[in-house]
Amino acid sequence: MLKTFVATAGVAALLASAAPAADITGAGATFPAPVYAKWAETYKASTGIGLNYQAIGSGGGIKQIKAKTVDFGASDKPLKPADLDAAGLYQFPTVVGGVVPIVNIPGISAGQIKLTGPMLAAIFYGQITKWDDPVIVKNNPGVKLPALPITVVHRSDGSGTSFLFTSYLSMKSAGWAGKVGASDSVNWPVGLGGKGNDGVSAFVKQTAGSIGYVEYAYAKQNHAAYVLVQNKTGKYPQPTAQDFAAAAAGAKWAAAPGNYLLLLDQPGANSWPITGATFILVYKEQANPAAGQSVLKFFDWAYKNGDAAAASLDYVPLPGAVKSLVRKQWAVNVKAGGKPVYSGQ
Amino acid sequence: MSTAAIDSFSEARPARAQSALGETIFRTLCFSAATLLMAALAGVVVSLAIGGWPAFHKFGLGFITSTAWNPVTEEYGAAGPIVGTIVTSILALLIALPLALGVSIFLVEFCPKRIARPIAIAVELLAGIPSIVYGMWGLFVLAPWFATHVQLPILMDFDSNSLIGRIFSGVPNGANIFTASLILAIMILPYMAAVFRELLLTVPSQVREAAYGLGSTSFEVVAKVMLPYVGKGTVGVIMLGLGRALGETMAVTFIIGNSHGFPHSLFDSGSTIASTIANEFAEATSDMHTAALIALGLVLFVLTFAVLATARALLAGQKN
Repeated sequence: MLKTFVATAGVAALLASAAPAADITGAGATFPAPVYAKWAETYKASTGIGLNYQAIGSGGGIKQIKAKTVDFGASDKPLKPADLDAAGLYQFPTVVGGVVPIVNIPGISAGQIKLTGPMLAAIFYGQITKWDDPVIVKNNPGVKLPALPITVVHRSDGSGTSFLFTSYLSMKSAGWAGKVGASDSVNWPVGLGGKGNDGVSAFVKQTAGSIGYVEYAYAKQNHAAYVLVQNKTGKYPQPTAQDFAAAAAGAKWAAAPGNYLLLLDQPGANSWPITGATFILVYKEQANPAAGQSVLKFFDWAYKNGDAAAASLDYVPLPGAVKSLVRKQWAVNVKAGGKPVYSGQ
Repeated sequence: MSTAAIDSFSEARPARAQSALGETIFRTLCFSAATLLMAALAGVVVSLAIGGWPAFHKFGLGFITSTAWNPVTEEYGAAGPIVGTIVTSILALLIALPLALGVSIFLVEFCPKRIARPIAIAVELLAGIPSIVYGMWGLFVLAPWFATHVQLPILMDFDSNSLIGRIFSGVPNGANIFTASLILAIMILPYMAAVFRELLLTVPSQVREAAYGLGSTSFEVVAKVMLPYVGKGTVGVIMLGLGRALGETMAVTFIIGNSHGFPHSLFDSGSTIASTIANEFAEATSDMHTAALIALGLVLFVLTFAVLATARALLAGQKN
């Protein structure tokens, strides 16, 4: 008897405490999952509202938000404006990341080799097959390049990293765009596939003469031998947080309908050429205004208080100007019954 | 509960009626368990067929015979993964079978009782290691070792145009069909060895002792008495291993190299059906891509079913 009573009281207490602060639910991209988790932890401590984020992949996130099983979806690649309109969705960026080519060439250390976009495309297409190819040698005066065959390593799993990288190659090489194209997973002309950043990095480390590409945070944490890539102004920036932020700051967000922007090959002497943001997807017309409001509230809080946490995990926070632009968009784009669900504090 | 017990004690009649009712409930429960399983199986097949239909409809037989797997142009042909699945599974079986036989014969026939149990338990524990752990071990330990100690010497010592050179050609980094088969072999070995051991233990000791009594050597007892005795069970063991190897996902994904084309040599990178699905399903956004992956699932299902059916047929054939 007593046990039942205690149990009932316990359940009632739980219900009572859970009722006012409904948790936010989200699903999608795995790349930003660690920073979302860290934000959520601090946010819960200060507001009592938790975030239930399932890192199931961008594709899964898009499917889940379309099926309306979550409050927001998360994707590493932006949806095209037409797709957004068709689904009634609105997207905004949260943090910035990028892709860094890494190599394993005996005698060559990080940042020593300089490549251009077309050279990368030719290497990944299998046209340039040796490290002492005249094209590479000419671009790297003073660097002693061995006559080693090039082994290409790419991601085997569908990923936003591959999407960004192949989009960049398509941008830089008409041949690549026509024959391979840009997608989460493509029909790679040459090379072998490793699963995840770990898989690619392991194969690159184990194969002399190999070249692969990984997420910036991963390259940094593992001190990978990165390659410098020429940007739009002809400079070779370093893959550092500042240079990714430079690319994000230089981008013309205001002129991008639906925030569809790939931060690739952006202007600015310091802009890292293969940069990309990760995105949140919410419905323009919120069926449940309270849920929509708590999503925007959470990301507004993260914009204000989350930069240090993001930087400590090697994500690049959005530049301030981009944040204020997105905040203004919320009031216009996310509504319930014609009224904005959240207009900032 | 307590009142029911008192009732059944105080009256004799309900006890019998209750047991009849219990029988009915028991039978119904068993029946529904069995039908539920059948329904789940049918549900899986039907939903795979429906989900994969767009791919089958668009590509027809080409889905199985073509090697083009291109998510950008939305062209899907699964010959590469299908061949990769069959080759890795059969290779794994060829490697694991003699080892499993050896382990179980040693345990049953030659091993002192005191260490037989620990070895048997160790073999069974191997079966409990998660697949992804095998994958990581394969990627970080086996692949680099294999590349430097097996692939490089072969590459250097044999002409690349000779037969051996062609069978073993490939980038020396240990990510290939052969190392995937090795990992698979280690993974299916404990299952096969455990079942083999149980099988060999079913041989009546009188039969074995009689054979020894007639002056047979250990080898003769094993080869001429015990193995024929468990003969049809052996087919079952092989099919169990093969079934598991066909569907294994994570470990293979880590080490097979994941290229969709047709593998040209044993040391070429390839892919399997399960690894392709694991790699691409999470990020497959277009409908045709998802459909192609689900269709792959159906192909794997049919392949596994064919293996089981063959096993049944072989078993039935042996009975006669």
